[in-house]
Amino acid sequence: MLYINCPHCGLRSQNEFAYGGDATVKRPELNKEISDQEWDNFVYLRKSPRGKHLELWHHISGCRQWIKVERDTSTHEIFKTYKANEAIE
Amino acid sequence: MSQDFRLDNVGMVNREKKISFKFNGKKYFGFEGDTIASALIANGVHLVGRSFKYHRPRGFFGVGVDEPYAILQLDRNNERDPNIRATEQEIFEGLEVKSVNCWPSVNFDIGAINNFLKMFFPAGFYYKTFMWPPSFWYKIYEPFIRMAAGFGEASIKHDKERYEHKYEYCDLLITGSGPSGLASAYAAAKNGARVILAEDKPRFGGSLLTSDVNIGNQTGVEWTEKIIAELKSMPNVTVKNRSQVFGYYDHNMLVMSERISDHLPKTQKYLPKQRLWYIRANEVLISSGSIERPLVFGNNDTPGVMLSSAAKEYMKVYGVLVGKKPLIFTNNDSGYETAIEFKKNGVNPIILDTRSNPSSDIITEAKNLNIEIRFSYVVVAAKGYKKVKSADIAKISDDKKELFNIENIECDCICVSGFWTPSIHLASQSGNKSKFNEKIDAFVPDKSKQKENTIGSANGIFTLEETIKDAFDKGFDVSNKITEKNNKVSVPTVVEKKSTDHDKFWCVPLPKGKSYKRFLDFQNDVAVSDIELALREGFRSIEHVKRYTTLGMATDQGKTSNLNGLQLVSDIENKVVPQVGHTTFRPPYTPVSIGAIVGREVGKHSKPTRKSPMHSWHEKNNAVFVDAGVWLRPRYYKQGNEGLFEASKREAKNVRQNVGVCDVTTLGKIDVKGPDAAEFLNRVYTNAWLKLPVGKARYGVMLREDGIVMDDGTTTRISENHYHMTTTTAQAANVLSHLEYYLQLVWPELNVNVVSTTEQWAGAAIAGPNSRKLLMKLFPNLDVSNEGLPFMGYKEADLFGVPTKIYRISFSGELAYEINVESDNGYFMWKKIMEVGQEFQIQPYGTEALSTLRIEMGHVAGSELDGRTIPYDASLEGLVSKKKDFIGKRSLNRSAFTSTDREKLVGVVPIDKTTSIPEGSYIVKDPKAKLPNPKLGHVSASCWSVEYDNPFSLAIIKDGKNMIGQKLFAMSPLKNKIIPVEIVSSHYVDPEGKRVRS
Repeated sequence: MLYINCPHCGLRSQNEFAYGGDATVKRPELNKEISDQEWDNFVYLRKSPRGKHLELWHHISGCRQWIKVERDTSTHEIFKTYKANEAIE
Repeated sequence: MSQDFRLDNVGMVNREKKISFKFNGKKYFGFEGDTIASALIANGVHLVGRSFKYHRPRGFFGVGVDEPYAILQLDRNNERDPNIRATEQEIFEGLEVKSVNCWPSVNFDIGAINNFLKMFFPAGFYYKTFMWPPSFWYKIYEPFIRMAAGFGEASIKHDKERYEHKYEYCDLLITGSGPSGLASAYAAAKNGARVILAEDKPRFGGSLLTSDVNIGNQTGVEWTEKIIAELKSMPNVTVKNRSQVFGYYDHNMLVMSERISDHLPKTQKYLPKQRLWYIRANEVLISSGSIERPLVFGNNDTPGVMLSSAAKEYMKVYGVLVGKKPLIFTNNDSGYETAIEFKKNGVNPIILDTRSNPSSDIITEAKNLNIEIRFSYVVVAAKGYKKVKSADIAKISDDKKELFNIENIECDCICVSGFWTPSIHLASQSGNKSKFNEKIDAFVPDKSKQKENTIGSANGIFTLEETIKDAFDKGFDVSNKITEKNNKVSVPTVVEKKSTDHDKFWCVPLPKGKSYKRFLDFQNDVAVSDIELALREGFRSIEHVKRYTTLGMATDQGKTSNLNGLQLVSDIENKVVPQVGHTTFRPPYTPVSIGAIVGREVGKHSKPTRKSPMHSWHEKNNAVFVDAGVWLRPRYYKQGNEGLFEASKREAKNVRQNVGVCDVTTLGKIDVKGPDAAEFLNRVYTNAWLKLPVGKARYGVMLREDGIVMDDGTTTRISENHYHMTTTTAQAANVLSHLEYYLQLVWPELNVNVVSTTEQWAGAAIAGPNSRKLLMKLFPNLDVSNEGLPFMGYKEADLFGVPTKIYRISFSGELAYEINVESDNGYFMWKKIMEVGQEFQIQPYGTEALSTLRIEMGHVAGSELDGRTIPYDASLEGLVSKKKDFIGKRSLNRSAFTSTDREKLVGVVPIDKTTSIPEGSYIVKDPKAKLPNPKLGHVSASCWSVEYDNPFSLAIIKDGKNMIGQKLFAMSPLKNKIIPVEIVSSHYVDPEGKRVRS
């Protein structure tokens, strides 16, 4: 079970969190004309990298904040965690 | 029966306390502190089971977790427990165990015929035999295999024992209390670290209990007792026996099962049977020790053939002789320790050493004790069926290929030692890639992957002096990283006998003309010939060989068989063992009770139960409850002999004719507050929200980004920057996460806060033509006229002194109001409604009537908004704004979503007006069409329309809007029904919506 350092609460067990997928996906701006392809990329297409991955976790049984976690998908090593609005190094 | 094989004055069992127990119905005696194995051996019993495939007689092979044979079934306190290892289970007064995998008895087992048919049971037997014809599988092959296979029978009764889970954190977890575990725990504890020391056996000390050594001028046992006593007195140390750390998971999370009551006749009050510990450790020291390897020779599975270290432990710990004419067969010095122990207890062993001319302290000591030793000698085959009676032995050539001078000598047990295999399971589970150590012919942990270190013989260190020193150092080093106290204790001096190198020889060749089975895996009956066959048939990867032959599978997970299997494969393939590699070690290290894994989450504790504040009223009034997510909701209120159908019909009818009240507390409620709240709702919902005035509610639909409807509900503007959102009961948690996602990550610039208020409000829906009259009585000072409180209006009022919020919204399609009060006042509110409503013929209604009312009105709910429908499909397209953007809008332009013949919501009525249509039925044009019959859609919800007194269903069917008036068929292959139906509008009752606005 992962041990995730919530930037708001500190180290907490994985079972307090819900996984939220790729954190690098950016939602297209509202009211912007975009192609089907661009929209499909946003809604459906995700990379599934082996190795470093920036992902979203939601601390649902804690502070209810969405956080970003930089994790290695093959070793589960967590390098760093960020608040939702923090700049990614 | 007398304990003929019990030694006087030797061992650690409590001879003051005699204990009786039953094995296969027969009564035996042992002493407190005995295991089933030691007590049975004391009574001369060696035949305890039958093997998995050939049903060959099985005895005892080990003395602990590695035991492959002695698996028994235990009956304790009216509970049945299969898969008990006799070498681990301690006896208690009244214990009853029996053998498994044999019928009618362990002594006479019909399945043993397999042993004589063994040429028909080669490796991969199952794959080869049960292949054809396929139709035989379910009816003939599978039942046959199920009857023949398996160790013991699981209970089908509810397990009444209590199992607990515990979460623990520590600086240092040490897995095993042998010399390295004790030394490192002591060093770390003295340095101020929070230490957990776990030992799987009842007694601490590991090999110190049986080896003839001296630490700091004390015997191994004395030193163990001293260290354990001191550790137990320290507040920063937790010491646990009967506790097996069986799994090493991510981020230094380890799981340990503690057997608290298994050794007692009955679980004590306030204590669980077992406790599962989830331990998050900063650092882990793996001191799990090593397991002796067998030597392989003919019939080496005969009862009486066992590990030499086990024989020694039976003597030293339990005071039990495994035989009175022992043959010791060894390729290293360990066998000599066992032989010396026999000699000390007045028994004359014979040592067969595969080595030609070894010399060491211990060999000299054995010689001085006049023990008969034969060098370059091997056991060719054990003789005897249910117990070893003699052995064919032979001299072996220096190249270990030729056997000479085969002779038969009498013996009653054969103690084998093929050197030691470190238990690297935990290290391997942590992600540590092991490496092969040529010197000990075994794998040891390599570089640490997580925060783990392996010490002692688990790391391939087999001298006590080095073990103790290394363990003291590691205990200090890892603790000092955490505590930085620099408090180092001195390492005690160690005296032990020096030993010499082992022989790499491990498998005795077959003499000419003999075809003895030489077993590698004792639990699964995998013999040398099986591995040879698998390789001949082309299996190369060790993982494939394992699965094809079942080598190293089953409950012992190959603790004694793995390395010999690898050695054999590498010998045949002309490779070295590291080239072959080893199979993956997976948790659990030892079998764990399902009960322990489940813990307290059984029955009604498997999930929380949420009850509304009015729950006790419902109970008192004969409500029959239904699970709605984790909520318990009244499904209907039973009167007299009514069933679900009659009651729900009565309740729904009363809503249409008079007035009903429904507990709607379970609806999700979310407070949305902030200056940008309107803008936020406008982006979340498909319809327009910017112009909703204060004091008004609006129905809204929200989508996922892929255009699928996520949820629906009404949201009310309480004040300028404050909205009260409702969601469906089922989606409440998801909607909150969804809103938080957008506020925190996508549009952080919006100044809005959301918080769940589901549990803060108790809700009652009052619906029916009489509801306004009732409201006038409940709130005499409030103007509840159609002008004063119009449809979708909102008012705050006072219910006999209790602050109340009134929303004029309707799910039933009738004139209706939802009344909310703070949860604490919910019961009061409900009582008042029922009391005052009496004169208007009020009746409570449950979820079944609620469904009936919404279905015949054509209002969609979870069965239509099923994660596959877009607004159009559920006839909600009128709520989709063309002017503004919102979550998921772009998806609605995708070609599949704009196609004109999409499935759409319709109503379905059976032509005979009497046959109910099962939910989930297909709508088809021709019920006799060739299969697969093209389906037009499915029936999503069915009810008995109380308005028209006939069945009515909702369905989502292809090109629904053009299907109204068509005569089709509802087909339910599950219920074997074909019902002619007519498609009608989904708005079956009051299509203009006059009632809600009346």
